[in-house]
Amino acid sequence: MALTLSESAVQQVRKSIAKRGKGLGIRIGVKTSGCSGLSYVMEFVDAPHPEDVVFPHDDVSLFVDPKSLIYLDGTQLDFTREGLNEGFRFNNPNVKDSCGCGESFTT
Amino acid sequence: MALMQIAEPGMTADPHQRRLAIGIDLGTTHSLVASVLSAVPTVMGDHDGKYLLPSVVRYLENDEISVGYPALAAAGQDPHNTIASVKRFMGRGHGDVQKLAGHLPYDLVPGEGMLRLRTRAGEKSPVEVSAEILRVLKALAVETLGGEPEGAVITVPAYFDEAQRQATKDAARLAGLKVLRLLAEPTAAAVAYGLDKKSEGLFAIYDLGGGTFDISILRLQAGVFEVLATAGDTALGGDDMDHAIAEWLIAESDTRQEDPVWRRQLLQQARQAKEALTAQEQVQIKLEPEAGNSRELTLSRKQFEELIQPVLQRTLPACRRALRDAGLKVSDLDGVVLVGGATRVPALRRVVAEFFQQPPLTDIDPDQVVALGAAIQADALVGNQREDLLLMDVLPLSLGLETMGGLVEKIIPRNTPIPAAKAQEFTTFKDGQTAMSIHVLQGERDLVQDCRSLARFSLRGIPPLVAGAARIRVTFQVDADGLLTVTAEEGSTGVRSEVIVKPSFGLDDAEIARMLQESFAHGAEDVAQRRLSEARVEGERVLEALQGALQSDAALLDSTEQARLDAARQDLEQFLAGSDADAIQKAAEAVEAAAEPLVQRRMDSALQRAIAGRSIDDLGD
Repeated sequence: MALTLSESAVQQVRKSIAKRGKGLGIRIGVKTSGCSGLSYVMEFVDAPHPEDVVFPHDDVSLFVDPKSLIYLDGTQLDFTREGLNEGFRFNNPNVKDSCGCGESFTT
Repeated sequence: MALMQIAEPGMTADPHQRRLAIGIDLGTTHSLVASVLSAVPTVMGDHDGKYLLPSVVRYLENDEISVGYPALAAAGQDPHNTIASVKRFMGRGHGDVQKLAGHLPYDLVPGEGMLRLRTRAGEKSPVEVSAEILRVLKALAVETLGGEPEGAVITVPAYFDEAQRQATKDAARLAGLKVLRLLAEPTAAAVAYGLDKKSEGLFAIYDLGGGTFDISILRLQAGVFEVLATAGDTALGGDDMDHAIAEWLIAESDTRQEDPVWRRQLLQQARQAKEALTAQEQVQIKLEPEAGNSRELTLSRKQFEELIQPVLQRTLPACRRALRDAGLKVSDLDGVVLVGGATRVPALRRVVAEFFQQPPLTDIDPDQVVALGAAIQADALVGNQREDLLLMDVLPLSLGLETMGGLVEKIIPRNTPIPAAKAQEFTTFKDGQTAMSIHVLQGERDLVQDCRSLARFSLRGIPPLVAGAARIRVTFQVDADGLLTVTAEEGSTGVRSEVIVKPSFGLDDAEIARMLQESFAHGAEDVAQRRLSEARVEGERVLEALQGALQSDAALLDSTEQARLDAARQDLEQFLAGSDADAIQKAAEAVEAAAEPLVQRRMDSALQRAIAGRSIDDLGD
């Protein structure tokens, strides 16, 4: 079971937490919603849940709940720029199909 | 796939649930657009990462339009076709800007109604020019967000009148934007700081832009903002600091100052020096008045602060005025927010802190704060936030109606929170009057001639009744964007007529400030004028009534009485032509006294006619 952050993602998370002024890291996960079944969650973490699996990357940590981890195993989180828009991209090998915009997916 | 942003805990949006909404700060010198991305309000930059778009539009020869930096750069060479500071023209007529036009290079088209500028692309109204700026901002938003925004919140100065607000809405519509709401700039700044999350408080918003200064006092109560007072100076801004430095450079270097190109260059250097001195203790300025003849001057922060001290001090009287208007003391305020790039100057922050007896809020970039607040409001209005955010603004100037004698009856007073609706009953002045002309005015003075005329319309089909019997209900309704609808309705027949105030004219900021000032300065004079007008109206009413009575019943008076009445009447007519309110009032009373026998006998004879030929028994019923 593994989750990885690209170098640009680590930097962006570090920058975001510094700007926000608090936070232990970020949580990623999935929830059931959207037109194709599942969608991603990505939030700051102030208080981890006891069942969380933690993946440390230098000074920032990635928190994932065990249920989401099944759908996310092997995912690499990248921070990229597309035109004027910049944000995080989930490179998730488990995704079989996603809706047109990619906001939701099935595994 | 779509790119994601980190959200606050528990705030990740569901897919396809996010509704895109933008906030726009449509400024006099710069404009910018912001949106809330995963719960974080963010301004949107262009491909170079620049987020401030100069509010300059240039019409090119090949039918193309350039907006922003390229247009700004061309302003010197192509002044007729390059429109800057168009915000000052919004909602205004040709006559309104005559005094401004003297030092503006634009080719104004003379005529009634909305102002138009002649360019090589044809005649353009300020609404069309503003729409070009909004189009560029919208395109930037569409590219950044990856979709069409559902709606926009656009900020306007708190003192913008009906016509100026309507013009701003029209510009947005022209640019293909749905306006969710117009929001007062100070309110937007307060929202950006999250002041609306508190339960209540009083705040001052100190906004020093490039060329204008505004101070607003806001009250937050039960989650609702009210603008208690606004004041300012429309000819004071960060540019004045640049001028102060430029003057110093001219004096120190002993160079010629008449050459406009040289002067522009000096101002540019002055601005750079000002910006550098925010972080540095001193700055070197290299002047080159002629090729090969250069010299270097050192400006320390201390010297700079002395140079700009007059500019800083000039902001304080408006701060005092706003506090006085709001009925508050400095110690009542819970916070002070700084807006505008010029508020980065450390000396300014000290002056503000000293005046308000507390350090101002400065965490958010003062250039961005208004746009960020607008974005937060837009996000809430399209339904992305659970808690309701309802912001109220106030009316910048009182709205009223013309009544007899050229007086203004205020229906909705200044600083009333909007949306607001108020109704008042009026009646007819003459017997058998079947129509009434309704003249809608905005301003603080007592006389029509000193206020701004917004609209005129008439109510017809009033049943012919004796003077004072008809009941006409006039309703003033101001919506959340500050747009006015006036309705008049006659009570017994239900005939009604209404007008929506459209932008044909408007007031400029300076005019509003002047009108407010005059209302204080001329307070006593206005009271005297009002008394005179009221006395005249009363005197004319007495003459009118007498005329009617004499026509039918002159025979009831003997010759002495008649002569006495005639003399009194002539006296009154004579005083009515003058301007002595007391004399008119006394003369009117004299006429009424002289007419007493006539009134009595008319009553008797009417009674006699009524009971003639009827028995006592009949009358007992």
